[in-house]
Amino acid sequence: MTAPLLKVENLRIELTTRDGVAPVIDDLSFELGAGESISFVGESGCGKSMTALGIMGLLPEKIGRIAAGSILFEGEELSTASEKRMREIRGNDISMIFQEPMTSLNPVYTVGEQIAEVLRAHQNLSKSAAWSKATELLDAVRIPNAQRRVNDYPFQMSGGQRQRVMIAIALACEPKILIADEPTTALDVTVQAQIFDLLNDLKRQTGTAIIMITHDMGAVAEMAQRMIVMYAGRNAEQGPVENIIEHPRHPYSRGLISCVPHIMATLTEERHPLTEVAGIVPSLREFGKDQCLFASRCTMVSQKCLDKRPPEVAFADGQKSACWHAEAV
Amino acid sequence: MSDLNIVPTEPAPVARHPAAEAWEMFRRNHAAMVALVVLSLIILVAIFGPYIYPTDPFDMVWAPFSPPGVDGFILGTDYLGRDLMAAIIHGARVSILIGLAAALMSVFIGVTVGALAGFYRGWVEEVLMRITEFFQVLPTLLFAMVIVALFGASLPMITLAIGIVSWTAVARITRSEFLRIRELEYVTASRASGAKNAKLMFRIILPNALPPIIVQAALMVGSAILFEAGLSFLGLTDPNVVSWGQVIGSNRQYILDASYTVTIPGMAIFVTVLAISLVGDGLNDALNPKLRQR
Repeated sequence: MTAPLLKVENLRIELTTRDGVAPVIDDLSFELGAGESISFVGESGCGKSMTALGIMGLLPEKIGRIAAGSILFEGEELSTASEKRMREIRGNDISMIFQEPMTSLNPVYTVGEQIAEVLRAHQNLSKSAAWSKATELLDAVRIPNAQRRVNDYPFQMSGGQRQRVMIAIALACEPKILIADEPTTALDVTVQAQIFDLLNDLKRQTGTAIIMITHDMGAVAEMAQRMIVMYAGRNAEQGPVENIIEHPRHPYSRGLISCVPHIMATLTEERHPLTEVAGIVPSLREFGKDQCLFASRCTMVSQKCLDKRPPEVAFADGQKSACWHAEAV
Repeated sequence: MSDLNIVPTEPAPVARHPAAEAWEMFRRNHAAMVALVVLSLIILVAIFGPYIYPTDPFDMVWAPFSPPGVDGFILGTDYLGRDLMAAIIHGARVSILIGLAAALMSVFIGVTVGALAGFYRGWVEEVLMRITEFFQVLPTLLFAMVIVALFGASLPMITLAIGIVSWTAVARITRSEFLRIRELEYVTASRASGAKNAKLMFRIILPNALPPIIVQAALMVGSAILFEAGLSFLGLTDPNVVSWGQVIGSNRQYILDASYTVTIPGMAIFVTVLAISLVGDGLNDALNPKLRQR
C-alpha cells in the first residue's frame, strides 16, 4: 500500500484554560488516503474542530498547541512546519470550509474578488485569468448565472449560495485535502442534500480527499467511506462507515446511531426504539484522566472502565474500538 | 368572492448595496443634510473664493475699524485697515486645509497603532496602548504649543503638532474594532486560505473596521480647525499666512472697541465646525448598523 496522503499519529493538542492545561485531543491517530473521504463524528466539545484546526496550523494562538505526536502530509511534518510553509499549504494543498456560511465570507468584497484572491495568492495568475477562473468555479459549484453573480457581494446571496462560494474558494487551487467543518449545520435540509451532492461530484472530478466533521449520522452515511467517532478528545471507534453503522463496537457509537431515525433501508424492517445518550460530554477538566471518559454515561460501565483507559482493539473487519467491552457491544 | 381577493403582496425585499443604504440613512437626518450643503458651500468658497475675491488680506486698503457694510467693505476692516472679507475667504483655505491634513495624519498614525495593537495582541498591544495612554494624558494644547515653539510655526509643523496630539482616539477605536473583527469567521477563513498577516490586517480587517473610523475622522476635522484657531490665537502660527484663528488673535486687543473683527471670524469657525460635526453625526447614523431603524 502506498504511503497515505495524511497520517496523524498519537496527536495530542493541549488547550490552556483557567483550570490549567487540558488535552482536547488525546492520542489521536488516523490515516487519510488520496481521494478518500472520512468523517469525524461526535458531540460538541469532543475535539473534532480542534483536530481540523490542528492540521491547518490554526489553533487559537497562545491557548492551543500541539503537545505531542505528528501530522504527516505527504511525508512532511506539519506540526513543526514554519508559519511561512503553512501559509503556502493552506488554501493550496489543504483547505477548509466552515460551519457558518453567513459569516465566513468577507462582507466588503465581491465573491469574485474573494475567489480570485486565493488564486492570485497561490498560483500567480494574472488578474484577468484569476477572474475568469473565478467565474468558472462559481459555475462549477452550480451557482446559476455565474457570469453576473461573480460581481455580487455576499449579502446578495442566500446561505446555501454562500456555502457554495466557500466551496469554490476552498477548491480553487485544487487542494489535495478539503476539511469541511460541519458544512451544512447552518443550512436547510434540502440545501444540505444539494451541498453533499456537490461535494461528492467535485470529489469525483478533482480527486480531493475530504475530511468531514459533523455530528449528523445521515451526513456521514452520505459522504464518507470511513468514520472516526470521537469522544472527549479521544478516538472511540474508527472503521468503515457501513460496518460501524451495522455493528458499532463502542457503546458511544451505538448510542449515536440509535438516536437517529431511519438509517435502515426498508420500512418493513423491525425498527429499534429511538434512544438518547444520557448526560453530557465531561468538562475539559476531566480530559486526560486515565479512565474511560465515556464511563459516566455508559450503560455497560464496570470497575475496569473507571480504573484504566481502554486501549484500541482492532477487529477483523477494519474496525477499531477503544472500549473494554468492545467484544460484548 | 371579494374575500378571496388576493392582497397585493409587497415586493420581495431586495438586498441593496450597503452604500445605497447608508446614503438613504444619511438623507433621513435633516440636520446632517443641511450641514452637508453648508459645508459644501464653505469648501467651494475655500477653493474658488480667492479667485473671485482677489483682494490681498494683508493689504491695508482702508482706514482701520470701518464697521461692516460701511464704506463698501461688506465685513468691514480690521485694526490695520485690512479687508476682513478677504481675510475670511482666504483664511478658509488654510483653516480647512490644516483641519483636513491634521485629521488625515491622526487617522494615519491612529490606524497604524490601533491595527498593530489589535491584530498582534500580546506585548505589541501592551506597548502600543501604553504609548497611546501617554499621549492621552498629555495636556494637548500645551504639548502642541511646545512642538510649534520648538520647531517653528510653519503650516506643516502646525499640522504635525495637531496630528500628534489627536491620534489617540482613532487608535483606540481601531484597536477595539480589530479585536472584534479578528475573531470573526471570515478572518479565520482567509487565514485558512493562506493569507499573510499584512493582508489580513489591511485588506481583510481594516475595510470592515472603517465605518467608526470615518466618523471619528470627520469629527476630527472640526476639532483640528478649532485647534489651529487656538494655536494661532496664541500667536503660534505662520505670520505670512492668514487663517481664521489668526484674525481673531491679531484683533483680540480691540474686542471691546470693534467686536465684529473677532466675532466674524469666530462665526466662520463656529459654522464650519458645527457643519462638520453634524455631517459626522449623520455619517454615524448612516454607517452604524446599530442605529439603523428599518
